[in-house]
Amino acid sequence: MNHHPLFAPILWQVLQIVLALATAPLVTGYVRWFKARLNGRRGPSPFQPYRDLYRLTQKEAVIAHSASWIFRAAPYVVFASAWLAACLIPTFTTNIFLAPAADMIALVALLAVGRFWLALAGMDVGTAFGGIGASREMLIASLAEPAMLMITFSLSLVSGTTQPAQIVAFVLGGNVGVEVSIGLALAAMIMVAIAENGRVPIDNPATHLELTMVHEAMVLEYSGRHLAMIEAAAMVKLTLYMALIACLFAPWGMAQPGAGPEGVLVGMGSFLGKLWMLATALALFETAIAKMRVFRYADFLGGALLLGLLATIFLYVSEAV
Amino acid sequence: MLIVAALSALPLLSLLTIVWGRGGAVHGLVYAGCFLSSVALVAAGLDHLGTQTGGAPTLVLPFGLPWLHAHFRVDNLSALFLLIVNVPAAAASAFAVGYSAHLAERRRVTPFYPLFLFAMNAVLVGDDAFVFLVAWEFMSLTSWLMVLADHRRDENRKAAMVYLSMAVFGTFCLLPAFGLLAGGGGDYTFASMRLHSLGPVAGPLVVLLVLMGAGSKAGLVPLHAWLPLAHPAAPSHVSALMSGVMTKVALYGLIRVLFDLHGHVGWQWGAAMMVVGGVSAVMGVLYAVMQDDLKTLLAYSTVENVGIVVIGLGLAIAFKDDGEKSLAALALVAGLYHALNHAVIKSLLFLGAGAVITATGERSLGALGGLLKRMPWTGAAFLVGAAAISALPPLNGFVSEWLVLQSLFKGPVVPHWAMKFGVPVVGAFLALAAALAATCFVRAYGIAFLGRPRSAAAAEAGDVSAGMRWTLVALAALCVGLGAIPVTVTDALSVVVQPLLGTSFAVSSDLGWPFLSPVSNTRGSYSGTVLVMVGLALFGIAIALVHRMGNNRMRAADAWDCGTPEDNPATQYTGQSFAQPLRRSIAATVFQARETVVMPQPGDDSPARHSLAMTDPIWNGLYLRLAWLINLIADQVNRLQFLTVRRYLLMMFCTLVFLLLVVAVRQQQ
Repeated sequence: MNHHPLFAPILWQVLQIVLALATAPLVTGYVRWFKARLNGRRGPSPFQPYRDLYRLTQKEAVIAHSASWIFRAAPYVVFASAWLAACLIPTFTTNIFLAPAADMIALVALLAVGRFWLALAGMDVGTAFGGIGASREMLIASLAEPAMLMITFSLSLVSGTTQPAQIVAFVLGGNVGVEVSIGLALAAMIMVAIAENGRVPIDNPATHLELTMVHEAMVLEYSGRHLAMIEAAAMVKLTLYMALIACLFAPWGMAQPGAGPEGVLVGMGSFLGKLWMLATALALFETAIAKMRVFRYADFLGGALLLGLLATIFLYVSEAV
Repeated sequence: MLIVAALSALPLLSLLTIVWGRGGAVHGLVYAGCFLSSVALVAAGLDHLGTQTGGAPTLVLPFGLPWLHAHFRVDNLSALFLLIVNVPAAAASAFAVGYSAHLAERRRVTPFYPLFLFAMNAVLVGDDAFVFLVAWEFMSLTSWLMVLADHRRDENRKAAMVYLSMAVFGTFCLLPAFGLLAGGGGDYTFASMRLHSLGPVAGPLVVLLVLMGAGSKAGLVPLHAWLPLAHPAAPSHVSALMSGVMTKVALYGLIRVLFDLHGHVGWQWGAAMMVVGGVSAVMGVLYAVMQDDLKTLLAYSTVENVGIVVIGLGLAIAFKDDGEKSLAALALVAGLYHALNHAVIKSLLFLGAGAVITATGERSLGALGGLLKRMPWTGAAFLVGAAAISALPPLNGFVSEWLVLQSLFKGPVVPHWAMKFGVPVVGAFLALAAALAATCFVRAYGIAFLGRPRSAAAAEAGDVSAGMRWTLVALAALCVGLGAIPVTVTDALSVVVQPLLGTSFAVSSDLGWPFLSPVSNTRGSYSGTVLVMVGLALFGIAIALVHRMGNNRMRAADAWDCGTPEDNPATQYTGQSFAQPLRRSIAATVFQARETVVMPQPGDDSPARHSLAMTDPIWNGLYLRLAWLINLIADQVNRLQFLTVRRYLLMMFCTLVFLLLVVAVRQQQ
């Protein structure tokens, strides 16, 4: 078989576009189900999020009188940006068409697009809750985004590139041993992922109508299909961060360019395994820890930023010693 | 020739207003004339960059000092800055045709506006120190006059005073810098400065003086204090030019001296510039996120962006000194790209603020709200500007910040420990500034344009006239365009960088046209074009899926607000409450923000009070102390004014003896 050189990248890209959307509700559902089991409850089926999303799309959307077009456009922008970001991260293979279109910096910025629109949508109706959510979300982002860029910086110093696919190639090439910097970067990455997805201890995804909430406060006015898009975007984002951690820090099993279908199959299996492990770890962690006060976010995320900075500086310390 | 014609038209336009300024029509006519000559200058700049690579011959005109004629020349750097200056200038002029009719004191603005444009362009085409400095001062003075346009307000007079002192300080630094560059020979043409090599003391001294002189005009921390006072005080189309363009003319001066006239700048200066740039970026945006006045907020955001450009310039110097020419080209292209982008974005935002002021008469965030529904065009254009300055893809602000970050990530290549440890810290500063900028503009846009109107003026606002609207839309389109075709822009900038560094910036050799892949195709690449196309496709699929599968009905209702909706618009978040989490976490240490809440006792029906106190560390710590010192010296010197004739004669005698001694000592040697 002699295909066009772009045939395989486009095929795997399309598969990933579908996969990103298809697995996301299951990951969220699994985390919820496992948390319920840990709490001693039976919990809804892991497939419940699919039903929830479908149910929301069937309802009519209610729009406040004071809302502008931003309120109606935001759910789609938020969803499309999260989906696009999820398509850019190599999951089962690095041989995807969009790999050179965006590197880690662009990925961080792409996630910022979704956040920018969501925060604006929160403020659009003109209620106190929307403002509270937007203000806190932007506080979290102001510290989490630089932490993410510092992680990118340290990884690019180790591997010489900011491209996730190239980082994977570098790590799988056996060029990297156990380094303090990478450990620090991983710790920072996990902290950022927790904050960006609104998980405990930063935000409680199960909470409603509490003064401590962040994400839920912004989307309080949404209903129907708009709410479905926003919920779906949050699910895609959670899976995306798990995929990112798996891709950057544990890329083993991932197929490289030139690998045949069986290599891709192995990649797919290992990716689903990694997702399962990370989701289990998240449920265990969330069960074991309590939520934090809003004004301690800055300490938590400032810690992540400093860990990212230390990760870059440690490279030279270890070089000098 | 086009440049000469366009430039000489500008003073004539000014003359026109002075003679016939009483008539209303002449103001619109003058701004239309300014628009045309700016467009001509843009065309000239584009033509130069596109066709005549290399420098045009020097034009010598017989005026100026008796022994020094005025020299003019356009090279690639000047041509680029002609674009950076005149694209926003054309927009501001077009905007002003409609906007100036709303100004109370337009006869205090219109005559100086063409002169201001003239001066900024003259700085760019000047080819000797004399023309450069005279044009530079002319630029300061004409803008100073426009800052004073609304001179009845106290804060404007204070702003003008601070601005004038800082402008004098800047020129005070630049004069000796050019003197040192010219050396003892006294040939002040740039051509002879390039040939003259500087000594071990003069070299660093020139860099320091230029950094202070041009840096104070560009608004680098801690010399930025005048900028957030003066830029908002002027009418909005002038603010747009001062903030978007005049700071770029200052950066032009910096680049002209450090990369062109000065033979060799050490990497330490590059490192110092990166630190100054990083601090400016973070401090600028921190100030901005605390502001309640829309125009002051925009002015502080200029401090941030100038800081980002200076990080790029500092990196380029460090790389150049280390022999990493292609990385130096990358950093310089990044800096220039950001300068171009910021010029466009900031003029869009300032003109948008002008439209808001025209429609509502308010510029405080606390009195705005809900404007997107009442001013749909202005609101949409401002949204593009806010997203672009927050460095969101696919807009132009993101591409240049991406390039700055890419070059910064290569910073530790320079084999000095200060760079290896310093670059990550500057990187953290830059990343923090970028993230805070998004917060700042979500806040500004969300409070001013979204939500419910907070005042009657905001509730009754209507969109501005068609000419003003179209100007904003054109600038917004430019923001999209400069971001969607990044490779075309960097190829053009490569032409500018080539003569300064001796190497060009090969950007798209590996992955093909739409991919921006500096250094090599595996080191990180970005393609706004591809991302936009795929993103739009996914956006379309999402909408189609939901509408095909789901329920399309929509109902308008009152806001739910957790079941307790409140009619009073004062229950919304305000600018101050939006900034509160940041105030408590970051500003508590930087600005010593202190909030006090006084709650009345139960049974007491007096209102509860919340008060906020913040101190400006740089103003209080540096400027007030300096002012105190200058006053002290002035008081001491003041005594000399009240001496008797006998004492004055004694002083003259002592001075004479001292000077004779100096002459005697010098003759001995």
